[in-house]
Amino acid sequence: MYAFDYRRPATLNEADLALKAAPGAKLLAGGQTLIPTLKQRLANPGVVIDLSAIPDLKAITRKGDTLHIGAMATHAEVAGSKDVAAAIPGLATLASHIGDPQVRHKGTIGGSLANNDPAADYPAAALALGATMHTNKRTLSAQDFFQGLFATALDDNEILTEISFPIPKRFAYAKFPNPASLYAMVGVAVAETAGGPRVAVTGAGTDGVFRVPALETALTGGFKADALKSVTIPTTGINGDIHGSPEYRAHLIGVMARRAVAAA
Amino acid sequence: MSTSGIGQSVRRVEDIRFITGNGNYTDDISRPGQTYAFFVRSPHAHATIKSINTKTAAAAPGVVGILTGKELAADKIGGLICGWMIHSKDGSPMKAGAHPALAVDKVRYVGDHVAVVIAETLNQARDAAELVEVEYDVHAATVDTATAAKPGQPQVHAEAPNNTVYNWHIGEKDATDAAFAKAAHVTKIDLINNRLVPNAMEPRAAIGDYDRGTGTYTLFTTSQNPHVARLVLSAFIGIAPENKLRVIAPDVGGGFGSKIFIYAEETVCIWASKKVRRPVKWVCDRTEAFLCDAHGRDHVTHAEAAIDASGKITGVRVKTTANLGAYLSTFASSVPTYLYAPLLSGQYNIPNIYCEVDGVYTNTAPVDAYRGAGRPEATFVIERLVEVAARELGRDPAEFRMHNFITTFPHQTPVIMAYDTGDYGASMKMALDMADYKGFAARKAASAKAGKLRGVGFSAYIEACGIAPSKAVGSLGAGVGLWESAEVRVNPVGTVEVLTGSHSHGQGHETTFAQLVSHRLGIPIEQVTIVHGDTDKVQMGMGTYGSRSGAVGMSAIQKALEKVIKKATTVAAAVMEVPEDTIDFNDGIFEARGTNKKMAFGEVALQAYVAHKFDSEKIEPGLKEGAFYDPKNFTFPSGVHIAEVEIDPETGITKVEKWTAVDDFGTLINPMIVEGQVHGGIAQGIGQAMLEGTVYDKSGQLVTASFMDYCMPRAHDLPSFNVGMTTTPCTTNPLGIKGCGEAGAIAAPAALINAITNALGHENIAMPATPQAVWQAAKSSPHKIAAE
Repeated sequence: MYAFDYRRPATLNEADLALKAAPGAKLLAGGQTLIPTLKQRLANPGVVIDLSAIPDLKAITRKGDTLHIGAMATHAEVAGSKDVAAAIPGLATLASHIGDPQVRHKGTIGGSLANNDPAADYPAAALALGATMHTNKRTLSAQDFFQGLFATALDDNEILTEISFPIPKRFAYAKFPNPASLYAMVGVAVAETAGGPRVAVTGAGTDGVFRVPALETALTGGFKADALKSVTIPTTGINGDIHGSPEYRAHLIGVMARRAVAAA
Repeated sequence: MSTSGIGQSVRRVEDIRFITGNGNYTDDISRPGQTYAFFVRSPHAHATIKSINTKTAAAAPGVVGILTGKELAADKIGGLICGWMIHSKDGSPMKAGAHPALAVDKVRYVGDHVAVVIAETLNQARDAAELVEVEYDVHAATVDTATAAKPGQPQVHAEAPNNTVYNWHIGEKDATDAAFAKAAHVTKIDLINNRLVPNAMEPRAAIGDYDRGTGTYTLFTTSQNPHVARLVLSAFIGIAPENKLRVIAPDVGGGFGSKIFIYAEETVCIWASKKVRRPVKWVCDRTEAFLCDAHGRDHVTHAEAAIDASGKITGVRVKTTANLGAYLSTFASSVPTYLYAPLLSGQYNIPNIYCEVDGVYTNTAPVDAYRGAGRPEATFVIERLVEVAARELGRDPAEFRMHNFITTFPHQTPVIMAYDTGDYGASMKMALDMADYKGFAARKAASAKAGKLRGVGFSAYIEACGIAPSKAVGSLGAGVGLWESAEVRVNPVGTVEVLTGSHSHGQGHETTFAQLVSHRLGIPIEQVTIVHGDTDKVQMGMGTYGSRSGAVGMSAIQKALEKVIKKATTVAAAVMEVPEDTIDFNDGIFEARGTNKKMAFGEVALQAYVAHKFDSEKIEPGLKEGAFYDPKNFTFPSGVHIAEVEIDPETGITKVEKWTAVDDFGTLINPMIVEGQVHGGIAQGIGQAMLEGTVYDKSGQLVTASFMDYCMPRAHDLPSFNVGMTTTPCTTNPLGIKGCGEAGAIAAPAALINAITNALGHENIAMPATPQAVWQAAKSSPHKIAAE
């Protein structure tokens, strides 16, 4: 680890000022990616700004047809929340299968979404559910928020504060974990929303999380696993590595999509 | 019988300190004035070092010293050695290149040691290491095992043309070829035994500490054999004479073979401690462990079996290429030769065996012994071969094995080994019952109905443990004898310290060795302390590997205990004023037959030390005896493992549904610890078969250099193991122990791959059988399953 200065602002405004004062500074949420990266000397940000002292970034509330989750809510808190379980039970299940207990008690939903790891689980859920990302400056649709591998629409000085999810009729997420890392090799989130069926895939895209229009169209006639059987996923834009070729991942998208629909 | 003696599942006495964080590992130790070492390592698999510029780095904050191969050579520090001479077919000695602890002119694998930076803190050492400028001339690398010896490949060492260390063979070629010429059926298979990274929980570590007052070096290190480390560092590497070099291997968190060897890092730390006049500590990080710990396995093999019309195997022919990595590690040469081919007879009566092994250099991490060391590779060959033969002949694989089992003992195989005892049929029958083999067809049908492929696979393994009769291994090229030593020190109040040359790094010796003492002397194990891992305390020893500590180490203790009892009997006879030959010793009591005279062990010990009641001209005071035990033969643990799997052809996920293991380890000292060894071994074997794949790319970069890509077995990958035991005590050591430490890792890969291929209905799957590989293979499965 390279030496860095550590800041722990008490308010969002202080965090904003700290960011502006230190170009290249990194925000620390749960630290499940940043801390290992620092320990391996793969990052040298100079300043790390810890968001954990800022109040009100952890709240989980339901307001009408929308579920609001604070960016600093841990995976364990989402997994254990009665409001999440009642509104979008599949989201609680997703959170309960991220990493291991240590990761779930430190890692946060905001940290995961802002990092936009192409194998993370939450981005698929946010995209399938048509979530809205709230920052200290603006709001963004999930569609606009995710911009490729580890890339989001967040500006250098912008802080993700809350994610709001319109409550769907049904939602489920099916993950095929990488045997070694247990990250999603293919993770498929399916939602039956007011605007129609939505299917989003993580782990498999060369450009990060993406929607699958062919699967969404197939579900329009009825939200049933059988409806997806005839859909073949092309390998275009699907990544390959030692654990899974593009062909295997494309195949698994179909399998996981059917299993998610059956579970939803 | 006491509750802590032989055969009792006594809880491990060492575990309290381990699970409460009170263990004392090398990294827990700090010496006054200690500095920290960080190694500058090669980022290239194959390159010439054009220059090393340490000027900027040396001026960095906290730097105490920066040392390179140049300083090492100037101090006449010798290279790392390979301690087993192998001769090629043509009689020529193996062709080995130099192995300096710090590279001199070339680097030969990613992670190779270029320089060491020593600083006040680890972070300062790392900072300065980034400032060391090394200019490389990068060459193409040789990586692939199968093609390394082909002409035109990049040459790893000038001393070994075509990257060939040796072309070794064993067995009678002509007789074996004749058996094939007469065969009614020949089965042929091609196998890859995948390379594994050891990944002990505690990474390697070393502290070198030179005492200027006495001129003595002390090395704290993560070693499975501290005396061997001292011997090599003294006699071959030339750090200091043995009487000026103390090696301490304190608590060690797992080895699996990878901590047998004498590596560059500890050599550099002990040497550097005198150079910089400060203690030097190095602790391996996980990435360094992936890159530089000696890896295991990595064979490419073609094997054939000749079978006569009655279904008897009449010959086995094997051709193996073994990847030895970029340098020969301490015992690398012996693993794919004498620890491998002599096991190719398995449990079968095979009159003719011929095996050729080519050992090759590549630009990859050195390969050496890893749990099983040669024997898992041999078992994988013979148990895949027999399984495929049974399938080709349309015979039940269990029945076909039993048809070929050795049934009379002793049995001399055509490849050195003389099995003393065993009952292979008994293990097979017990395993078939425990696995409900009869019910398999119904379970397979039920799986098929649910769209799944179910398979069952066998592995009837044998291994050679208790390495080894010194004279025999000497004739095969070993540079050392492989006896073990023990000293039993009885204190005046009857408590006992046992000093052993074995080393415990997870095996539970502090419990099992104490059980033996408790059993023989009739005292509670609380009165027994096992001392190991310090060359200043234990005079000499050969360490722990190859499942030798029970069969060899405990036999040495047993021998010393008998001497103690003999001496104590002499003392008791003198004190009780009875003839020695009238004394019986049972359950801790010396009793004179035909009298009411008796003395407890503790009373005799006290009398031995006060020396008031015997003539010390005739009887020496004190009660302390030592012994060296040299085994008469290897021991031959054996058993049958049956794996049952269910494959989801849609995803390629293989679920291990059932695992039955029936083992014959001879006498069991602590059945609970033995069962734990079986569990751990199977977990590693399942890891090799399904999960652990070591991948180097064409340039020699290790792609699987972290747990993100290298898949270790986890609890969720494993079933609940169903473990049974049969017992035929070893006939060649006093306790009847055969050894249990490696059996699971030896048996499991073949059983699992046999089960997976049985489920698939074809043989086209390599290890590790990952979900992707199984999915691909399942597409061409001839088995019908229910439509989704």
